[in-house]
Amino acid sequence: MSEIPQQLRYAESHEWVLDNGDGTVTIGITDHAQEALGDVVFVELPEIGRSLAAGDEFGVIESVKAASDLYAPVAGEVIEVNAELEDAPESVNEHPYTDAWLLKLRLTDADALEQLLDAEGYARLLDAQ
Amino acid sequence: MCSLKRTPLYSLHAEYGAKFVPFAGYEMPVQYALGVKREHEHTRAACGLFDVSHMGQVLLRGRDVARALEALAPGDFIDLEQGAQRYSFFTNPEGGLYDDFMTVNAGDHLYLVVNAACKDQDIALLRIGLDPSIDIVALDDRALLALQGPQAQAVMARICPEANRLLFMQHARFEVEGETLWISRSGYTGEDGFEISLPAAYAEAFARRLLGEPEVELIGLGARDSLRLEAGLCLYGHDIDEHTDPVSASLVWALAKCRRQGGEREGGFPGANVILPRLAERDELERRVGLLGEGRAPIREGTTLFDGEGREVGRVTSGTFGPTVGQPVAMGYVRAQATSLGTKLYAEVRGKRLPMEVVKLPFVPARYHRG
Repeated sequence: MSEIPQQLRYAESHEWVLDNGDGTVTIGITDHAQEALGDVVFVELPEIGRSLAAGDEFGVIESVKAASDLYAPVAGEVIEVNAELEDAPESVNEHPYTDAWLLKLRLTDADALEQLLDAEGYARLLDAQ
Repeated sequence: MCSLKRTPLYSLHAEYGAKFVPFAGYEMPVQYALGVKREHEHTRAACGLFDVSHMGQVLLRGRDVARALEALAPGDFIDLEQGAQRYSFFTNPEGGLYDDFMTVNAGDHLYLVVNAACKDQDIALLRIGLDPSIDIVALDDRALLALQGPQAQAVMARICPEANRLLFMQHARFEVEGETLWISRSGYTGEDGFEISLPAAYAEAFARRLLGEPEVELIGLGARDSLRLEAGLCLYGHDIDEHTDPVSASLVWALAKCRRQGGEREGGFPGANVILPRLAERDELERRVGLLGEGRAPIREGTTLFDGEGREVGRVTSGTFGPTVGQPVAMGYVRAQATSLGTKLYAEVRGKRLPMEVVKLPFVPARYHRG
């Protein structure tokens, strides 16, 4: 079974969202997502300052098998991206919830987090698949 | 929906944590618990075991069978020594390729290994093209395993030491536990290794015996693809197909000298009138080259290639991130003026032009055992 931390929120497109409590969030992909992708070899992230609507494609993650699009779980402005992933993309497989965070957004709407799944909801989604 | 076939090792794959994918009508392991990257690295460092039982194994027997096969393929089968294996392809009248295959002269017969996706068509082609007096036997009761990597010979020394006498592209038959193994010193990884044909009923017991050796790990189709690509080897249906001729495909080395213009058995295979004149024009043809990416993004099949002036010059036919090379590796067809080694090209990926360089194949030096 893949790991689903309690303190995070989740999108149906398998990204996780951490509420930093200051109007910003940190986003990554779930353990389930990294496992399904297989060995990650490349991560393409957006420019800082870009505005994203919820559901916007913000980047691509490439594994040895295929390329997969990344989607913004909530709307916001990109304030930071994880530059470490450029040289160490395999970190997505090793530490999907910690070292391999993808980007930070300043939320357009703080309530948007309520729309996302909690850990139980995400676990049910995976069970149903 | 038609049901997928399974190889004799299906339950062994499942036991070792295989993820299965449909491939050429078979349910095949794409990777095991180790994952594609580690499976690739393990094969280059130690020894990988591949189940390739989906491939077609065909026996041809009859008078002048080698001569008869020369009517379908531009190889030199008449002079193929007993116990020797050679690479060739079935050509079509337009000069394209129906399939590529290996042939062994096994004394009283020829033994062919053909691609899984093409095997039914190949057998039909043989039935139509060869004299009815020649027996064509699809060896559906045999499995095929590949043991590949620098430690394959150390493993073989414990299982069937006599097989270590074989050199690259030699073949012989050996008794192990009362079963007859047909062993070729060849493979699809660029490493030293063996391809082992054996009775389907014995395949699982033999595979378990190999897996009991400390150097051996099961390797899936995912790593098989990145290994063969780093070795510069073509995948039928991607790098070569019915529309690519052997000259454009940079497979001139596989056109036997005696079948070329001025050779003692010049032509006489389908499409010879197209293929042979191309040999003289090869420097002007669009052809297959190796491409090394400068960044980290894999450049995949179907990607369009541009030159420094922004002109479209070709397309990628196979591409991935090469775990051993540590960079994106690809093969593709490019216009003649872009084929020189060192040429800078640009691959269009998601609206960006990523730099690549035309390089010599293979990407990783071959380590075949030539003695």
